[in-house]
Amino acid sequence: MTPMAEDLLSVLEPKSAKGKSAKIALPKGLDRAKVQRMYRLMVQTRQLDDRAMKLQRQGRIGFYVPSIGQEACAVGSAFALSDKDWCYPSYREPGAALAVGVSIQAMIHQLYGNAEDVTKGRQMPVHYAFRKQRYVSVSSPIGTQIVQAVGTAMAQRIRKEKAISITYFGDGATSSNDFHTGLNFAAVYKAPTIFLCSNNQWAISCPLGQQTASDTIAVKAKAYGMPGVRVDGNDVLAVWQATSEARARALAGEGPTLIEALTFRIGPHSSSDDPSRYRPNEQLETWQKKDPIERLKKFMKSAGMWTEAFEKEVVESAIDEVNAAVKHAETVPLPASSTLFTDVYATMPPHLVEQQERLLALEKAQGGAEIDKNAAFPL
Amino acid sequence: MTTMTLLQAVNSGLKDIMQDDDRVVVFGEDVGINGGVFRATEGLTKQYGEERCFDTPLAESGIIGVAIGMALYGMRPVPEIQFADFIFPAFDQIVSEAAKMRYRSGGEFTCPMVIRTPYGGGIRGGHYHSQSPEAYFCHTPGLKVVVPSTPYDAKGLLISSIRDEDPVLFLEPKRIYRSTKQDVPEGVYEVPLGKARIARAGKDVTIVTFGAMVSICEKAAEDAAAKGMDVEIVDLRTLLPLDEEAILTSVAKTGRLVVVQEAPRFCSFGGEISAIVAEKAIEYLQAPILRVAGFDTPFPYSLEHVYMPDAKRVLAAVERAVNF
Repeated sequence: MTPMAEDLLSVLEPKSAKGKSAKIALPKGLDRAKVQRMYRLMVQTRQLDDRAMKLQRQGRIGFYVPSIGQEACAVGSAFALSDKDWCYPSYREPGAALAVGVSIQAMIHQLYGNAEDVTKGRQMPVHYAFRKQRYVSVSSPIGTQIVQAVGTAMAQRIRKEKAISITYFGDGATSSNDFHTGLNFAAVYKAPTIFLCSNNQWAISCPLGQQTASDTIAVKAKAYGMPGVRVDGNDVLAVWQATSEARARALAGEGPTLIEALTFRIGPHSSSDDPSRYRPNEQLETWQKKDPIERLKKFMKSAGMWTEAFEKEVVESAIDEVNAAVKHAETVPLPASSTLFTDVYATMPPHLVEQQERLLALEKAQGGAEIDKNAAFPL
Repeated sequence: MTTMTLLQAVNSGLKDIMQDDDRVVVFGEDVGINGGVFRATEGLTKQYGEERCFDTPLAESGIIGVAIGMALYGMRPVPEIQFADFIFPAFDQIVSEAAKMRYRSGGEFTCPMVIRTPYGGGIRGGHYHSQSPEAYFCHTPGLKVVVPSTPYDAKGLLISSIRDEDPVLFLEPKRIYRSTKQDVPEGVYEVPLGKARIARAGKDVTIVTFGAMVSICEKAAEDAAAKGMDVEIVDLRTLLPLDEEAILTSVAKTGRLVVVQEAPRFCSFGGEISAIVAEKAIEYLQAPILRVAGFDTPFPYSLEHVYMPDAKRVLAAVERAVNF
């Protein structure tokens, strides 16, 4: 298990200069309503994840990637963004999508890949894309979004706009060439980018120690010439604070920041993964005690921001919203066969027109293709 | 009108479109103050400043990756890859990211950008400065692939590519960067994508080709004419999406097809042309479809002149088709 380093930024477990426990101080810029909102977003994320995993087990959706245990990383950071900032997520930040204003219904349509999914069933579940919320299309190959986020930030800087980009990735992605290239480009151009690494300590079955020999991930920032901040990733207030500070630096023209949010993947990598094959149970139990929702709740109780009635309303409304969204999504058919050919190009070129016409004529004559009921991911 | 080389026409196209559209930004290795190793971006930094034409760190995947992020945001990036042989570190960003962004996001995000890169042999550049990688990219739905063969087309196609709503790989035949001159209009003008050009009209045999091979085929056609064979040359200009109609119309007229390319033959773009003609125009064919291509070897250095199709090899194929 990775020990909590002394330099870990924490709000919920503050230490005095002598290393003793100190009184919790709410970061400047946060208030009761905002803390309650972040709590709600984390609960919604948990409920969405929980239900989606069950839907996958029931064979109602094909695949899922849970973020259980990591809600604070996504929610705390995305809650610090403005409505002009751009988000380049990986596949494990549903909380960020909710925080920037995506609806649970829109996300659940995507899980079903149905005709109301804005991405028209073009990708596996959790590969969201929401233009209105500037939440860029999720890619499966690791790290590719990192350099793209830098490009958007370079454009924001060229355009002199008061906006930044944030990109999310895990500890595994820090080994990818796009991580190196992205941090290098961003630092050279002082691009207003935040690199948010949710260090959940496992890349599928590969533990952190086999991913990097570096003491921390945050320390890598030094070589690129940017601040590296290490934050308690299960402390939503600390993640919010670190992101807000990085955002202020970016807007002030001071360039990018690498934030390492130390957390833990409580669940499997995906619905296809069984972590009991490779991960020690003691590590899981240790981190289950640091649940980000429970920790925030404890603080809210002590600060008079939490009541039983509030809890009931937050949890029940999240469950109700997820249930209603699932119920509706299951009534929506798959996208029409003709949509297979749209959006390849802005204007459909002749060879695709020809293929579309042939397919539709064949469907008319012989009926459509049949779904292979044995097809499941992975086989 | 100004008389320009193909290289000057590319430079002129960049200058004029940057004036016309302030979303256009140009970047890559050594493209700033140095004007690019071939000088295609000469003077752009001076004219438009370092925010619109600038040097990048030496990382192709980064150059294309940041271009994608700019395009998504609403800019019109025109990144340069110094030699097409160096493009492969960016392959993932091109084929899985830029090309797929519109489709995979259901049209939520689009990626209009033009990747300029000099390609092809004939400059004594050996394996790492000579390849013709078009087939890899033509296998990629969502991408457009454009190859000019004249100065006029280079400028017009480049401007059309930059104005296009989809990502374009713009392959510049560096062997003919400075070999010929042509009158090129001042200011912006378009040569439409997806439309081939009849470089030479003829009735006996069709040659389908593109890029630097067009002038090789024109030489072969002259030699064929001296032997009484009338060659038609279709210069594709855009490989993807392909102007099938121009090819099929020509083959219906001549009844014979020779495809000429620099790249190795196996699984190449010429194979696709052959398949399309076999599927859609076999009733017109009076001879087998023939391909003249680079050999299925890596690109050599000392024996470059042996490796690359020349007018003699093209003429031999024309004679074989006509005499079948």
